[in-house]
Amino acid sequence: MAEVAIRIDNLKRYFNSVKAVDGLSLEVPAGTIFGFLGPNGSGKTTTINLLLGLLEPTDGRAEILGFDTRTQANEVRANIGALLEYPGIYEQMSAEENLEFYGRVWRMSDTERQSRIKELLTQIGLWERREERVVKWSRGMKQQLAMARALMHHPHLVFLDEPTAGLDVVAATTIREDLATLVEREGVTVFMTTHNMSEAEKLCSQVAVIRAGKLVALGAPDALRRRAGNPQIEVVGNGFSESVLNLLRARPEVATVELHADRLSIHLSEETDTAPLVSLMVNAGVQIEEVHRGKASLEEVFMTLMEEER
Amino acid sequence: MIADILTVMWKERKLLFKQGGSRFKTAFVLVVPLIMVGVFLPWQEGAGWVEGYWSIIGSVLIPLLLVGMVIPESFAGERERHTLVTLLASRLSDQAILFGKVAVAVGYGWVVALFTLVLGLVTVNIAHWDGQLMFFTPGIALSNVALSLVMAGFMAGLGVLISLRSATVQGATQFLMGATFLPLIVLQVIALVLLQMGPGVMDNISELFASVNPAHVILIAIAVLVVVTIGLFWTAKVKFQRERLTLD
Repeated sequence: MAEVAIRIDNLKRYFNSVKAVDGLSLEVPAGTIFGFLGPNGSGKTTTINLLLGLLEPTDGRAEILGFDTRTQANEVRANIGALLEYPGIYEQMSAEENLEFYGRVWRMSDTERQSRIKELLTQIGLWERREERVVKWSRGMKQQLAMARALMHHPHLVFLDEPTAGLDVVAATTIREDLATLVEREGVTVFMTTHNMSEAEKLCSQVAVIRAGKLVALGAPDALRRRAGNPQIEVVGNGFSESVLNLLRARPEVATVELHADRLSIHLSEETDTAPLVSLMVNAGVQIEEVHRGKASLEEVFMTLMEEER
Repeated sequence: MIADILTVMWKERKLLFKQGGSRFKTAFVLVVPLIMVGVFLPWQEGAGWVEGYWSIIGSVLIPLLLVGMVIPESFAGERERHTLVTLLASRLSDQAILFGKVAVAVGYGWVVALFTLVLGLVTVNIAHWDGQLMFFTPGIALSNVALSLVMAGFMAGLGVLISLRSATVQGATQFLMGATFLPLIVLQVIALVLLQMGPGVMDNISELFASVNPAHVILIAIAVLVVVTIGLFWTAKVKFQRERLTLD
């Protein structure tokens, strides 16, 4: 398998005057879970459809597992698995029949199909209900089945379009756990769109953020936090007088200081040691009970990026 | 390619009686034309059903109704149930998806039409038994077999073309039925106009029909339907564009 699973070079897709994807370039290393983040209508689903060869790019190109999406779309689709905007499950058929059909689509032998169906349905805890018509199932269970279907034929690369969108917390957590387990066991590359930041933070080793079809950030969640979110210190204690606050504001590494009852938030303008600031407060008579050093969450990073783009 | 068409057929066959309502409704819709064309009409017509061309009614009506009921599901149904894009994102080729769906609809309409013919034969022999088995003449039997197949193909071609662009199954069904019955309504209007023109015109037309060999008419109808059906399938193949289907 190629070391780079997805290579996108200046990919564009316009719908008349609407630039759904506008000069997107990125690479997804093989064997990773890659998060593709963006608000609603930012071009995430259009990008997936372009990568699957379902839409023609206006300009630029993309390679999936070494296959060009424009000229080798059939090869692309033959080597990937997909869980798109909707589960795409035939609700009048049973879970077993749904997987059986897609096993046949991918030309798996009878024995291979049967053992794979058992393996996947057991893994997601639905083996006992394999003969039930899916129409009776909950949305979360349908989504679990759809994920099993995407992995049925042992693809090297799986596209997941908002896999937990619209699910309750329990169902979403189950899907995330299933995904993490299956990916770890099968060693596939996952390209996942989401607007759920905590999901991306938990699952993805790399993320890209797009807005209005343009890439606004790319990197590991930690690196993005460092880039877009300034560190901060939370201090709990007594004796935060105005003179102490002014002393802190005078320090070059301190951006802002906010006091809420016995809790002081110090926003730093740069990465710096906490100790000198703590010493300064202790010497000024502050009684400190707790000190927390925090990083911005990916959600804060995301919001910052969206604001910057505006 | 053949293996992929068979795969799509496997799925379509599984869903044939499960979509669009209860099994009772499906069975009811199937049983009414069967009783009408396989029992009632043969029982009324007696020996004339097997000796004349009356049985052609079944070979036209049964595929028209049955294929007309299932083919709107082909793409409009997948679109309505949000399964189409997942299917398009699979490794199946355009032709495998298209012809797999069409084959099941044609097969369904054709097999039931043939079964109705046999049922009609049995009915006539039981209801009008005169000590000797009655059979269709080879010409009539062949006409029925060919016409029912071509009719099923024609309805499938027209239906799949409409279904490719319809947002809902209901919309596709209405459009298909409208397109199918419109020519019949036009013919009826023409007949009424001719009746208004006086008995002489109708007598001339009756004489014209009486002088025509029905076998020739059926042959010409089959030939025309074959050409039209090929055209419909070719158009459906051209109109099957993943991009368009994804965006619809």
